[in-house]
Order: sequence, then C-alpha cells, then structure tokens
Amino acid sequence: MSDLRGRELVKEFPGGVRALDGVSFEAPGRKILTLLGPSGCGKTTLLRVIAGLESPTSGSLDLDGLDLLGVPAGRRDVGFVFQNYALYPHLTVAGNLGLALEVRGMARGERERKIRETASILGLEALLARKPGQLSGGQQQRVALGRALVRQPRLYLLDEPLSNLDAVLRESMRFELKTLLRRVDATAIYVTHDQAEAMSLSDHLAVMRGGRILQYGTPSDVYRRPEQVFVATFVGSPGMTLWRVTRDGDGCRSGAARLPLAPPSTPAEDFLAGIRPEDVEVFASAAPGSFQATVEGAELMGARTLFTLRSGDALTRVLAAPDACAGRVWVRWPPGRVHWFDPATERRIDGAIGTEAR
Amino acid sequence: MRRALFALAIVAVLLWSVAPALWQALTALKPDEQITKIPTVYLPNPVTFEHVTALWERKPFGRYLLNSALVSAWATLLCLVCAAPAAAVLSRAPARWRNRALLGLLWVGLFPPILLLFPLYEGVRFLGWINQPAALIIPYAALHLPLAVWVLESAFRALPREIEEAGRLDGLRALDRVRRLHAPLAAPSVATAGLLVFIFCWNEFLLALTFLTRDGAKTVTAGIASVAGSSLYEIPWGQLSAATVCATLPLAILVLVFQRRIVSGLTRGAVKG
Repeated sequence: MSDLRGRELVKEFPGGVRALDGVSFEAPGRKILTLLGPSGCGKTTLLRVIAGLESPTSGSLDLDGLDLLGVPAGRRDVGFVFQNYALYPHLTVAGNLGLALEVRGMARGERERKIRETASILGLEALLARKPGQLSGGQQQRVALGRALVRQPRLYLLDEPLSNLDAVLRESMRFELKTLLRRVDATAIYVTHDQAEAMSLSDHLAVMRGGRILQYGTPSDVYRRPEQVFVATFVGSPGMTLWRVTRDGDGCRSGAARLPLAPPSTPAEDFLAGIRPEDVEVFASAAPGSFQATVEGAELMGARTLFTLRSGDALTRVLAAPDACAGRVWVRWPPGRVHWFDPATERRIDGAIGTEAR
Repeated sequence: MRRALFALAIVAVLLWSVAPALWQALTALKPDEQITKIPTVYLPNPVTFEHVTALWERKPFGRYLLNSALVSAWATLLCLVCAAPAAAVLSRAPARWRNRALLGLLWVGLFPPILLLFPLYEGVRFLGWINQPAALIIPYAALHLPLAVWVLESAFRALPREIEEAGRLDGLRALDRVRRLHAPLAAPSVATAGLLVFIFCWNEFLLALTFLTRDGAKTVTAGIASVAGSSLYEIPWGQLSAATVCATLPLAILVLVFQRRIVSGLTRGAVKG
C-alpha cells in the first residue's frame, strides 16, 4: 500500500543535541517496521518526525513518492498511538474515537457506524459511553489503538504502545496487535526498546543507536548476523557472551583462558568473539575443540536454565537443560556459531576461515 | 486544648473578615436615627427595609446591577477568549521566551490604571463610546489580560503535551485545540481566572465613574457613588450601606456557586500515570 522513505534525516534540537544523525530508511507497504534501540537512541524522535510532530533539521521524507515534510501533522493521514495513550479525558470512548472523523466533516450517522465498527474489532462496544478514567490500563490501550484505527490511516505509528501494560497483558496484547495490524493490512512503524517485542512483532527491524540506524533487516537476519557489536548484545535475550581475545597460534586466548577456536584469517591480532547462550555446547567429558569450565551460577528460565560458566577469568553463558551442567564441565563454541568482530571498529568480520558452514 | 485554640482562631478570623460586612448589613437594616446613635445600637430594632426600597425607588438600582453584570460578563468572556490562546502558546514556548513574556505581562499588569485614564478617555471620546458598555468592556478585558494569562498558562503547562499532539494529529487546528482540549481540561483554572476577572470588573470604579455619565448606563460602583442625601450636608448612611450590600450579594452568590464547580481531578485517566 504505502511505502515510506526517509533520506538522510537529521534532527538537531536547540542546545546542540543531535537526536537524528543522518537516518535513511525504507518502510515497505503493508509491513511492520520496528525501530529498536535503547532510550535516547532517536527512535521516538524519528517517529515524531514521520508523524509531523517535529520537523527535521534536514533530510527528506516521502510517502509513495509524495513529499511529506510540507504536510502538517493533521493532514499526513497517520494514526499515532502514544506511549501514555494521551486519550482525551473529558470525552467518552466514542468521543475519543470520533473526534478525528468529526474534524474531517464526516456525517454523524457514518461516524457512529465507524465508531461501532472499530469498537467491535477491539471489543470496546460495551465501553463506548465511558470516560477514559473509568477504564483499566488494557482498555485504555485499546482505545488509544482504536483512535488510530478508526481513521483508516495510510500509516500507523506506534510509540512503545505496550510498555505501560503489565507483563502478562503485554504478551497477549503483543500477539493481538500483530494480528490486528495484519488484518487491516497496515503499514506500521513500531518503536520499542524491548527486543523480544521487536522480534515477535516486526517484518523488518531497524536497530538504532546514537541517532543512527546500525542495522536494518528481518528480525531473524539481525539475530543471526548482527553487523555490529552493539546489535549483537542488544538483540537476543539472554545476551550474547562476548570475549575479547588475541590470536594465539591456531587458537586464541582471553586472559588466562584459552579458546580452541581459530580466529578469522585477517592480519589483525585482536578480536571480539561472541556466541549466543543457546549455541554453546556442553559436555561432561573432554570433547574435540572444547575447554574446561566450572559452573558459577544457574538461573532457571523455565524449560531451560541459564548457566554461567567460568574458565580462568572469562565467563560463558549457556542456555541448556536444567541438569546439563554440574561442577566441572567441558564447553565447546561451535565454530559456525561464533560471531567475530573487530574491536576497533566494532564491525563484524566476515569470510573468515575457521567458521565452518552451517 | 488544641481544638479549643483552633476554634478560637477560626472565630477570630471570621470576626476580622466578616465583621465589617456584617456591620454594613446591619446598618442597612437600621432606622435612620439608630445608625448614628450614641451609645451604639448594635442590632436594628425594628428591622426596616426602607433604605433598600428607597434605593430602588430613587435610583435605577436594578439597572446598575444589570449593567455591571453585562459589562463584567462580556469583559470576562473577551478577556478569557484572548488570554486562552496566548496562554496555550506560551505554555509550550521555550522557557526563556515564556519567562520573558510572562514577566512582561506582569510589568504591564502592575501599571497603575489611573495612568491610563487620560489616554483611555481620549480614545473613548474619539470613538464616541461615552456611556457605551464597550468603553468599559474592552479596557477591562485588556487590563485583566495579564492575570488571566498567568492563571491559564500555568494550568495549560500542567496538561500532558501528548494530548495536544493527539489533537494535532486528529486534525484540530490551534484555536480548536484551545477550545476543545485546553479549556475543558483546565476547566477549574478557567473558572478561577474567569471568576477573578469578573470580580475585578465588577468592583472597578475609576473607569466606570469617568466613562459613564448617564444614570441609566452606570454600573453599580458608579451608581453607588451617585447615591446622595436630600441635602448636600446629609450623608445617607442607610442607603449607602444597603447599596453596598446589594452590590456585593451577587458576587458572593457567584463565588459560592463556582466554588462547587471548581473541582480538580478532571484530567484523571488522560495519560497512564
């Protein structure tokens, strides 16, 4: 439906804070693009620029080839869901949903039909006469969504819409939201700092930091092939184990611990080697390419347990069956599962020998 | 002991603030000879309404009250209508500019109105507005604008910014946002500002006395000033007291009515707290 394209967007606030530092992106129609990053990375600023609530210092933004920057917020035809909902407290649920339609001059009968239709999608029919103050958090959240939905906008913009819900509700709403956005065939841009939410919701993922997009791709691409150290550690939970290693013969060394793992064939001597906890293999006795470790701690995560293993002064985190590790174990980092990074540039090192095909 | 002291303090405050008004009211109900009698007669005996009726018979007192009500109401409305958009803009302006503007308004508000009397009079005469309500309505609204902006600005600033932004995204224009979002959400403050401005307009004397010369056009303050005795040497205490009480009563009622309306908590449920 609607392709949104941003080019070299820069937003500098008075006082010199550069919230966006040259962001280019493309949000394909009918897909959910998630902007993921820690607080202060510029993701919300980018969303607000797209909505027209902020104007960028420079750069361009167009929707289906139509320049958006000259269009005021009220006429950009975007549905925005605020993090704190921002419902109109003095209006009923019906009033909240209907205001935008009324402003557009939609006839009363048509308006009421639309409001009822939207309310039934969200299960709000019984609450139409209530005021936001009489609703629970989850219901308020639905009204906020409904306010975007009722207008059938070309673009949905969601600013951490689930972050104010409790954990159980958040998970069920996450699924509901995804189903709903699919159902209305929406082009959506979703902002979150929660990587699990981002992974489960989005078609595309843009990881942001310091006003820049570090990596763009499908969630599984970003997860499997993080291009930067930051992306590697930010995406995925529990987080990636990362060792700072130096080349040592045909293996490498991190402090006192020796990692029997050949680094990529580059002239470099120093590397960052990372592995996700679920990729680590654990053995009860010595296996080829393994090294010894002692169990330092265990955290039950449900079906699996997160073990922290110590080898010398380096730690490896392993996600394994609860009875997999006890006392002394042998650990193997399967070469194909190890991510290598350049410690100076923090970029991924690729095409290296020593990484076997998957 | 503490409770007794507290009660005593309340009685003292009540006496201090209510006594003059009470004295005025009692005087209004006393027969003439008891008003100035020594030793003092405290309670009117018998209670008489002759001053009140005389006031209405000899002066168009009802007309005064109506004029005051009309002038004050229109001035208040005009003042709020002008102050609200200004306050809405200032409340979202960068702090540096906002503080300058607010300080500037305060300065203007501190200006003694008597300094404006002469230029205003010239203006009013030029426009042919002598004895016209507009001659008071517009200056009143302007004079109390700083106060209204101050009250409304602080109330608007406390509103969640996102509600305004939601309004923007829903397509509401700036003035519509003030009317449909700011005003209802800050209703208690709007009521407070309106009430204050109304009281000040109602009590205003200087401009009213100067710009209104025809009896039928006078507001109640100017009207009271024209209450005179039968001779130059007689001060009609009874009638004057009756006039002040009658002029104050509507204000007192208004305050009581609005006191109930000024409820906070209207923004409950706007944003998740």
